[in-house]
Amino acid sequence: MSGPFRDDRPIFLQVREMIEDQILNDQLQEGEQAPSTNQLVNVYKINHLTVSKGINQLVDEGILYKKRGVGMFVSEGAKTELIEQRKQSFVDRYVKDMLAEADKLNMSEDELIRLIQQTKREES
Amino acid sequence: MQEHVEFHDVSLKIGRDTILEDINLTLEGGKTYGLLGRNGAGKTSLLSLLAAFRPASTGAIRLNGEKIFENPSAMQQICFSYDKDYSEETEKVKSLLKNLEFYRSHFDHEYADRLVERFNLPLNKAVSKLSTGMQSAFNVTIGLASRCPVTIFDESYLGMDAPTRDIFYQEILREQSEHPRIFILSTHLVSEMDHLFDDVIMIQNGRAVLHDDYETLMTKAFYVTGDGDAVERFSKPYRVLDRQQLGGTTSALIYTDAVDTPQKEAHEQGLDVHHVTLQDLFIHLTKEVTQDANS
Repeated sequence: MSGPFRDDRPIFLQVREMIEDQILNDQLQEGEQAPSTNQLVNVYKINHLTVSKGINQLVDEGILYKKRGVGMFVSEGAKTELIEQRKQSFVDRYVKDMLAEADKLNMSEDELIRLIQQTKREES
Repeated sequence: MQEHVEFHDVSLKIGRDTILEDINLTLEGGKTYGLLGRNGAGKTSLLSLLAAFRPASTGAIRLNGEKIFENPSAMQQICFSYDKDYSEETEKVKSLLKNLEFYRSHFDHEYADRLVERFNLPLNKAVSKLSTGMQSAFNVTIGLASRCPVTIFDESYLGMDAPTRDIFYQEILREQSEHPRIFILSTHLVSEMDHLFDDVIMIQNGRAVLHDDYETLMTKAFYVTGDGDAVERFSKPYRVLDRQQLGGTTSALIYTDAVDTPQKEAHEQGLDVHHVTLQDLFIHLTKEVTQDANS
């Protein structure tokens, strides 16, 4: 098991998110061919059953579609759909962790909001 | 036709020693099997029975329903690639490969040529003069290009450098998707090869202690980490393969056959859940069995 994967979340989820990220930041456009299972296995050295599990979820949800004998492609409207999905999981994945850490450090809500605003200003 | 191999109550006794016992396995076409086991566990003995190099003491091994021992048509279907002794082999790489088509009905010459090129094998050198790594690449070339419905690689990476091993792994993946067959890979390089496996078989003290598909196996085991007491409470009903303590924090490696794996429950109890690599799982599973056997 190697590559950019973390060991605290199932790898198949991280595989699907990697492809999702490519769609979200326009590296993979709608209608374009997505990387094949074998390509992903070769590059990341993760088990092909694991890769398939992640990819099949995206197919089931209509983000990717299969063309027989050709490969996997990005569906029309995939990006909008993903943005919607990611917004829904944003609280679970980021906000809760941030609040737990802030709690450990005894930070107030105001302090937290100030930090977010300040960071955002510095970045833009 | 979809190939299948069955081991039915197979055992192997040599003199007074029991090498293999109670082996019951079914292998299916289109799957790559990882055969894991400690040194001396019986991997090579098992594979040499499948290659019909010797008869089993009891039980039977069948390929598509037919017994394989002293059965020429079944033996044609099985290729066993292992660390052969080539010290007396004065024949050149080229002519040895050329002769293979007489023995192996599925042998693909063009593919063999491509592999020779990828592995940089010197065609005009005597096989005995090749380095260990080159001899391994030569064995792998034969094993892959023979396209036998049952192809066995027994630690075929010996002496290969990392880039060469990587080529070997890529070719197995590609071959399995383009020319599906039964691949059996016996290996100690678990972390390097685990991405190739469909199924994992573990041999321990001559018995097949585990046979599972990779994904199922990897959901059966996981680490829980957190406050010592909380980890103890959580892990009580499960088999714990390993336990590490650091200050007040405990990390336990849990192994469970439960269909509904309890990772989520652990998370809800505030414990961190991490997955385990096949290599770690192998180390801790076989370690435990050895301790049991000694006590």
